[in-house]
Amino acid sequence: MAATAEATMRAFEYVRATGVREAVAAVTADPAAAFLAGGTTQVDLMRDGVLGPDLLVDISDLPLRGITGDTRGDGLLRVGALTTMEELAADATVRQRLPAVREALLAGASPQLRNMATIGGNLLQRTRCRYFRDVSCACNKRQPGSGCGAIEGFHRMHAILGTSQHCIATHASDLAVALTALDAVVQVRGSAGDRAIPLTEFYLVPGSTPEVENVLAHGELITAVDVPLPPVGTVSAYLKVRDRASYEFALASAAVALTVTGGEIRAARLALGGVATVPWRARAAEEVLLGTAATEAAFRAAADAAVAQAAPRAGNAFKVELARRTVVRALSSVAGKRL
Amino acid sequence: MVLRVNGVSRELTVDTRVSLLDALRDHLGLTGTKKGCDQGACGACTVLVAGKRVLSCLILAAACGGRDVLTIEGLPADGTLHPLQQAFLHRDAFQCGYCTPGQIMSAVALLAEGRAGSDADIREFMSGNICRCGAYPNIVAAIRDVADGGDGGSDDAGI
Repeated sequence: MAATAEATMRAFEYVRATGVREAVAAVTADPAAAFLAGGTTQVDLMRDGVLGPDLLVDISDLPLRGITGDTRGDGLLRVGALTTMEELAADATVRQRLPAVREALLAGASPQLRNMATIGGNLLQRTRCRYFRDVSCACNKRQPGSGCGAIEGFHRMHAILGTSQHCIATHASDLAVALTALDAVVQVRGSAGDRAIPLTEFYLVPGSTPEVENVLAHGELITAVDVPLPPVGTVSAYLKVRDRASYEFALASAAVALTVTGGEIRAARLALGGVATVPWRARAAEEVLLGTAATEAAFRAAADAAVAQAAPRAGNAFKVELARRTVVRALSSVAGKRL
Repeated sequence: MVLRVNGVSRELTVDTRVSLLDALRDHLGLTGTKKGCDQGACGACTVLVAGKRVLSCLILAAACGGRDVLTIEGLPADGTLHPLQQAFLHRDAFQCGYCTPGQIMSAVALLAEGRAGSDADIREFMSGNICRCGAYPNIVAAIRDVADGGDGGSDDAGI
């Protein structure tokens, strides 16, 4: 018989929050408390002993679910944090105006997980690094100062960008890569009030503190994500390259958005996934593309710029060329679409 | 707490750590839902909560109060087989059968979602259900049969 939950999971108290303010207050007041939404990362890591909160504040009933279109005239799609991945992928505006977001959502996980996982939770999902998820291994992210099993270990899936001598774990979200390319903004509620954080400033590379993954303070809650709707004439896409055709994490991925008029690139946005410790905005590559003709030569130059700072290990050196080709293919695919 | 499973409200007392999967199997005796990986990777534990397919191994039972849960036991009405169950028999869409309840519950949802437009769509939107025996071609064929309006084939076919 399989081990029971009682045997493998630390005991905790469970409460169902009825208001955002109460939920934030409850988690803020207890350093060992955590929010629970879809649970697809949280419950899994609790069962593995990686996470051990003493209090789970279930926010599933809070009024943070749903998508508001551009009714304020600000050109933003506001996505409530408890909207599920499936709900966002099915949204009419996302289908029409944000194909990169829809493609990233549908390339992630499985229909079952997408029905559970929320947008806020997706952004906060933890790495799939096996050393992080196995409590018998050294991991600076799980246990600061214990070392990194991956750097000299099995790191085929690991990062080549944004790494440090302390951590090379990748950020696993597809959605966050698309939202990083599209300049999404995270709306946050904390005990001290609300704040808005551009996704490009939300995540932190590991450096010497890989346990600190983003700028949120304990108890701060993502309430919504605002996604700017690209101007008409912009074409976006998300390309994910992986070991099997579906239901697998990325070896490399690229979210691209191009605005091309008269054959010339007027605006370019590019972010990489599966190869970096955080969703990786490739601004140097964007600068290479700006003002040039939308040709394969330009795409290759941009891809070179995107991986110029790569620091691969022996087991993931293939990712440099794979990321390059992923970028070229993603850019070629949107440039080939009618604008 | 009260769990509403297959249309019936069931009273149970469980530790906060108990998953919906363990509550169904170990506390309510509904062992049709299978425990494969217990980490959200295989789909064997797929059930419907509030009409949506989900993984019962990653949901806390405590979080399911007041929500409708549908398991494989709730699928057939008055002793008959659901068309998908019949189709799985007819198409021999399993070998060991361990993943089958999850496959069928996932397929029930797939049809409701309108995602059985092509065999490629069926494969993509069933990708969260792993079959280690590799019965995929017959699973796709069974779902295709029902999507195309079949009743799953006659009772004695394939036996």
